[in-house]
Amino acid sequence: MIEGKVWKYGDDVNTDVIFAGKYTYKPMTPAEMAEHALEDLDPTFAKGVKPGDILVAGANFGCGSSREQAATCIKASGVAAVIAVTFSRIFFRNAINEGLPVVELADGTTMIAKDDTIKIDFEKGVVIHNGKEYRFPALPKEVLAILNDGGLIPHVKKALANAKP
Amino acid sequence: MGQTFAQKVLAKKAGLPSVAVGQIVDVEPDFCLSHDNTAAIAKTFAKFGVEKVKNPERFVIVLDHTVPASTEEYAKGHKEIREFVAKQGIKAFYDAGVGICHQVLPEMGFALPGSLVLGSDSHTTAYGALGAFSAGVGRSEMAALYATSRIWLKTPASFKIEVVGKLKEPVTSKDLVLKIIGDIGADGALYKSVEYAGEAIEAMSLSSRLVLSNMAVEMGAKNGYCAPDKKTFAFLEHRAVAEYTPIYPDAEAVYERTLGYDASKLGPQVAKPHTVDNVAPVEEVEGTKIHQALLGTCTNGRLEDLRLAARYLEGKKIAKGVRMIVLPASQEVLLEALRGGLIEIFVRAGAMVLSPGCGPCLGAHQGVLAAGEVCISTANRNFQGRMGSSEASTYLASPATVAASAVAGVITDPRKVGRGGGA
Repeated sequence: MIEGKVWKYGDDVNTDVIFAGKYTYKPMTPAEMAEHALEDLDPTFAKGVKPGDILVAGANFGCGSSREQAATCIKASGVAAVIAVTFSRIFFRNAINEGLPVVELADGTTMIAKDDTIKIDFEKGVVIHNGKEYRFPALPKEVLAILNDGGLIPHVKKALANAKP
Repeated sequence: MGQTFAQKVLAKKAGLPSVAVGQIVDVEPDFCLSHDNTAAIAKTFAKFGVEKVKNPERFVIVLDHTVPASTEEYAKGHKEIREFVAKQGIKAFYDAGVGICHQVLPEMGFALPGSLVLGSDSHTTAYGALGAFSAGVGRSEMAALYATSRIWLKTPASFKIEVVGKLKEPVTSKDLVLKIIGDIGADGALYKSVEYAGEAIEAMSLSSRLVLSNMAVEMGAKNGYCAPDKKTFAFLEHRAVAEYTPIYPDAEAVYERTLGYDASKLGPQVAKPHTVDNVAPVEEVEGTKIHQALLGTCTNGRLEDLRLAARYLEGKKIAKGVRMIVLPASQEVLLEALRGGLIEIFVRAGAMVLSPGCGPCLGAHQGVLAAGEVCISTANRNFQGRMGSSEASTYLASPATVAASAVAGVITDPRKVGRGGGA
């Protein structure tokens, strides 16, 4: 169970406004990436975000470029999870691979507003807002295994180690 | 029950008799693409503690996003990539200037019917135009592919987009795909496999089909398939690097949604700032002042695109106050354009012809925009801040609309201006 303060955004938040193209081929640490997180969407985000905050958005979050830094910069900014009505498929994969929990929530996101405090119960598969529970589907076991290992790098490292005689 | 293209290709790759929609499969891609992001991927790969890339013959690396290097940082990244491919024995390495990855892979014969191609680039969907299942992945996944050659994929549900009729000149596949994206939205085909079909698709050149498949990702799709045919096989004849077996959907395949279009009723379309699904007929934005026109990118930088644009530029001058950038998609395209006299037409009209690459499309270099500037571009994305300043605007259109607009200095309906050197 996690609890956090909400940053709220709309539909079709694309990876260019999450992490601009002009930064994508500059070598940066995750902490440096976090300084530019959501720069062209909400200039107050990078300065205001606190560890444990939760990002809530509408449909098709993370559409556009495959740049993984879009997930990395959000994770490095301290965001504990991203909730959206739907995710763009590459962002969804990148988030899992970066160990950033993503919650696909069909109902309820419109009720949630900026600065609200919400809870996510991953075991029960519910988002709790103002005492009301909103269900979300569990991740497939193959995908959950990656998230539970802390991302794709540790997950593959573990698999490679197990495969060695 | 009949199976879609996505089901058939993923079942084949997974070694299963059939797969259901939603089923997760563990597969080995035939080829994997990475570009300038290989420098970052190589660093991630090093974290696995694996010395050698598994199956280096499966990886294709193309430098295109920031070529030629315009900063020391980019140059350093390219150098690291050259060292990495040499050390790993990756032979399919195409250095700066050969072309844009999504043109180079088809030209070099890596995009094959019935194959599975993954790339650390969202427009990897392009190879669906040749009947491949191709999709974008992230950098960590590409690093994991270097180490293991394997990846999980979820079997998508499928949409069928059937296009009857004939496109009326100068309307192109770009106008068609913009119209579709405008209708169904940026998430209209989210996580779906899109199959383009119908007489208009069959009549199209491979170059035109590549536009449709390239932009499938802009409607959220996982891949965008066109049935391979005689044109596909002829194109691949002296190019294919491996044997291939085309895969076609079953006649009784089940589609989640079927959409129908009549190509003959379509006029030029424009995607307005700042989303690709903000589409309008060109008439709605006619007269909008522009500062830059971009002809090229992985969407519309092929010979037929340059040829079409040249018809509006021959004997003309680009309007005062407008810069025009032309980026052929590959050296092969550039050479053909040279032989065909197109480059001379562009230069005489006052355009800047750059070496093959992604150019300013993603805002890295070579023609980025200042605040308040407006660009009309043949690219595939117009997100806020993508081409430079977050206070600049980009309109997306066909090569005909872009070229006609460059001459007029304002967004122009190509049907209303003279062509072929005479007004």
